[in-house]
Amino acid sequence: MKDKEDYEKDLASIRKMMERSVKFISLSGLSGVLAGIYALAGSAYGYYTLYYAQPNFENYGTTNQDQRGLILQLEIVAVLVLLFSLGTGLILSARKAKKLGVTVWNATSKQLLNDLLIPLCSGGLVVIVLLTKEYFSLAVPMCLIFYGLALIQSSRNTYDEIKYLGFTEIILGLVSALLPNYGLIFSALGFGVMHIIYGAVMYFRYEN
Amino acid sequence: MKSPFEHLDKVLEHSIRLQIISVLVVNDTYDFNSLKEIVGISDGALASHIKALEKEKYITVLKSFVGKKPNTKYKVTERGRTIFKKHLDGLEQLIKQQRLK
Repeated sequence: MKDKEDYEKDLASIRKMMERSVKFISLSGLSGVLAGIYALAGSAYGYYTLYYAQPNFENYGTTNQDQRGLILQLEIVAVLVLLFSLGTGLILSARKAKKLGVTVWNATSKQLLNDLLIPLCSGGLVVIVLLTKEYFSLAVPMCLIFYGLALIQSSRNTYDEIKYLGFTEIILGLVSALLPNYGLIFSALGFGVMHIIYGAVMYFRYEN
Repeated sequence: MKSPFEHLDKVLEHSIRLQIISVLVVNDTYDFNSLKEIVGISDGALASHIKALEKEKYITVLKSFVGKKPNTKYKVTERGRTIFKKHLDGLEQLIKQQRLK
């Protein structure tokens, strides 16, 4: 017969297996902080080109073509920020996985990616449609809301903080939809400041 | 009162099998390599424990192909889930009883 310690050990191993198999533990907090910094840099660049480099942007002096060029520039910056953030996230998660002695590409991370990509791609397509129809002021709120939904959807396979980050993004997105002229500020808050805060919290909680 | 030992399951007494079932209870399906990584044992050992669980109909095997590579996934059966829950209740009661002594 087993004794009490064996039973307790059994219970502990059940819990550990359940948690480890469901949670993608290689997610790196540091990559969140870096993604936030890229987003802030991108927003600062956007702010500068809109309000300083083109002082007449909101006046009649600017032609439609100038506006198109500016908006294209902002779109390129946003895509670059996204690519850099994804790249950093992949590299740092792979590094953390190596340190923890697990592989990055396993059943859990596949599930996570699946949950993340469906809302994210739907949102991406919605934003592209909005931009082609020139509803520029709705682009940032939609990005924030769909990103928040993607985070909530994928949070069951990773740390709980991701879920709260998701709710925060949705709230910011809704407020931003009410204040259409402050898109840049809200994207700086949602993609910059929030990533830095949540990334730092996760880094200090799980990686130290 | 029923003895808590009646809830305990002979097949799940083995800790590796208990770990495999624990993973499958919280995930829809899980593939061989991911299972191997998380439990941390050799191919051969894992295969034999999986066979034992399969023989008792606690889990089912889903075979498919990704491109040309075979991809084997496992899924817990309703029977396996019920027995696992009972086993868990048994463990809990045993620990509680021993604490009272």
